[in-house]
Amino acid sequence: MSLPTTSPTHSAELPPPSRQRHDPPFRVRISRLSRLDTKGSPYLYIAPFFIVFGIFGLYPLVRTAWVALHHWEVGADEHPFVGLDNFSKILSDSYFWNAVLNTIGIFVISTVPQLLLALVLANALNRRMRGRTLMRMGVLIPNITSVAAVAIVFSQLYSRDFGLINWVLHFFGVEPFEWQAYKWSSWIAISTMVDWRWIGYNALIYLAAMQSIPRDIYESAALDGASPRRQFWSLTVPMLKPTIIFTVIISTIGGLQLYAEPLLFNSGANAFLGGTLRQSQTVTMYLMEQFYGKFQYGDMATVAWLLFVLILIFSAVNYLITSRLESSGKRGGSK
Amino acid sequence: MGVTSRRRTLAAVAIFAVGALGLTACGDDKGDTGSKTENITLNVDVFGNFGYEELYKQYMTAHPNIKIVERGTGGQLGDHTQQVTQRLAAGSGLGDIVAIEEGMIIDMKAKASAFTDLSEYGAKDLSGNFLDWKFKAAQTDDGKIIGLGTDIGGMAMCYRTDLFKKAGLPTDRAEVSKLWTTWDDYINVGKQFKTKVPDAGFIDAVTNTYNSILMQEAGNTTGYTYLDQQNKNVTDSNPAVKKAWDISVQILNAGLSAKLQAWTDEWNAGFKNAKFATIACPAWMTGYITSQNGDTGKGKWDIATVPGSGGNWGGSWLSVPKQSKHPKEAADLAKFLTNPAGQIAAFKSKGNLPSSPQALDDPAVKAAVNDYFSNAPTGTIYGASAKALKPVYLGAKNVPIRTAVENALRSVEQGTKKNDAAWTTAVADSKKV
Repeated sequence: MSLPTTSPTHSAELPPPSRQRHDPPFRVRISRLSRLDTKGSPYLYIAPFFIVFGIFGLYPLVRTAWVALHHWEVGADEHPFVGLDNFSKILSDSYFWNAVLNTIGIFVISTVPQLLLALVLANALNRRMRGRTLMRMGVLIPNITSVAAVAIVFSQLYSRDFGLINWVLHFFGVEPFEWQAYKWSSWIAISTMVDWRWIGYNALIYLAAMQSIPRDIYESAALDGASPRRQFWSLTVPMLKPTIIFTVIISTIGGLQLYAEPLLFNSGANAFLGGTLRQSQTVTMYLMEQFYGKFQYGDMATVAWLLFVLILIFSAVNYLITSRLESSGKRGGSK
Repeated sequence: MGVTSRRRTLAAVAIFAVGALGLTACGDDKGDTGSKTENITLNVDVFGNFGYEELYKQYMTAHPNIKIVERGTGGQLGDHTQQVTQRLAAGSGLGDIVAIEEGMIIDMKAKASAFTDLSEYGAKDLSGNFLDWKFKAAQTDDGKIIGLGTDIGGMAMCYRTDLFKKAGLPTDRAEVSKLWTTWDDYINVGKQFKTKVPDAGFIDAVTNTYNSILMQEAGNTTGYTYLDQQNKNVTDSNPAVKKAWDISVQILNAGLSAKLQAWTDEWNAGFKNAKFATIACPAWMTGYITSQNGDTGKGKWDIATVPGSGGNWGGSWLSVPKQSKHPKEAADLAKFLTNPAGQIAAFKSKGNLPSSPQALDDPAVKAAVNDYFSNAPTGTIYGASAKALKPVYLGAKNVPIRTAVENALRSVEQGTKKNDAAWTTAVADSKKV
């Protein structure tokens, strides 16, 4: 590729250009090319990601926003522009807020124990023991199991008449209990599925971060007489701060988009309603209801955008809380 | 894996991808130029079992240039509905013929522009081939015909003879039918049953029974359910709805339900474990019971008449979406599959009750018995109830309203809401739709 250094019009106005300008020597051209290479090629290398992101990320986002501004029923001939009407309609629907409450409820009672248990598990895996690699790989197995398989097996466990959990409970005189019937019980059941899948994954991330903490810190702490528990809370946890923030944000995104587990937990027709009184309908299930239950494409797009905003807000809040907690924890530790 | 080998893999993937693109491009070229003499493929999207295998073979022999591929065989109605909805919205991906179930046909009529008007292909002359209401149910107000009827549900009551024997009740189908001429009788039989067999339910779940009662009541009185003919929501003012609700609550208060939500795994397990004695039973349900209960249930079931009078639950139509590139050929195939001979073949294959009066009167249908159900004469049981059917108008938003009311009723069954509060919820939710 050769780049003209001056445009033809320029060369007409200017005094006769030197030879060098018109036909740069070979060496100069090479250096220009290599400068282009260093400056331009990084963009070329990362371009595939942005192209794919543009097709599968950005375009759907923009298109969804556009659809959200229309009254759009599936199969209808016309879909008039209605501005923000869909948003006010969804925001004034009590079932939307019920879905938000369920999502946040399930998110809280699944994520908090999940991350805490992952931390403890990672700490245990970080010790010297027999078959360490096997153990470390083992905790990841639930995560590579298909989510549908996990949800189906757990739904069987929680089944009212034929489930293992009710069978165990009946030894304690508990009547067959329908886990889907109440908010609290369905939330707990769904949270156990989520935790089963994700504790090991988070534990491995924590484990990787723990291994980058220098050993000598622990040694000096031990010399100072810090118990293993004290070492864990005052050294390990503060040192893991960036990792914990990462897992919290990833869990937030995943938790607020929770879909397969509650859907399969409520089997049967119209499972996306999440139970007779929408005990466990999450926002994504509410979103699907707009489309598959009511054929409202516009409303569905609106819910999708509201969910997007909700996740942004939650990630920001979580980031603030975790970073504040961690920094205060550090201060406490240094006392 | 080393860097070089990774690069090599990438290169291989890239080459393969480019090759695949080229291949698909070629494939498209061929598909676009479908003329009469050229070979074409017709995709038929169904759910469950329509029993068309033999008919396809016949049709392909008579039309050597046509290849028929059935998709979705044995699948759930819910999945089928979702797929149809999605592909309608996407504007592509639907088969040349799509099965539309009773619950969907109303919504599809509202989206009639997405379907080929079959009257353009001579469907108007076929009205005599179908029960009047079945034909009209797929016809829009301006006369477009968006589907041709396949089967109808009809209505009967399937019961387990083994559990009836255990409860000291008669097991002969004529005697059982006499036990319950009305729903009140049915509840009383249920109470007797429960005193003898407390660990099994008399019905599977309240919703199936409720829907049967509602369709019966509406057929006998108003002629519509949640929406009147002007599509006004009349959930709280239609006496048929309230009566069906009240009888259902009486059934629940008598403790007759096994509370196994329909179409769930627990419901399926309930068949195998003999957890309920009776189930509202349209013709296609016999096929479902046969496959769910399997060999262990053979000869343990029988079919009696339904309390009250007749009724219908389910049944389908075949439609040709506008997306099809071969509307004429697809329409011809749909006509072939739904003509009286086609319906008789489907009945023989899977027990789907014909929607054609000629087929219902056919000796092969009338004389049919089902050996799984203790040799019950299914042809006469369902055939008689099919002709007594009174059509019920179902408005365009019927499905979501029905779901809302069913859910409220299920909350009574579950014990999470009291009767009055649940009724208030049902009415309020039905108006939200």
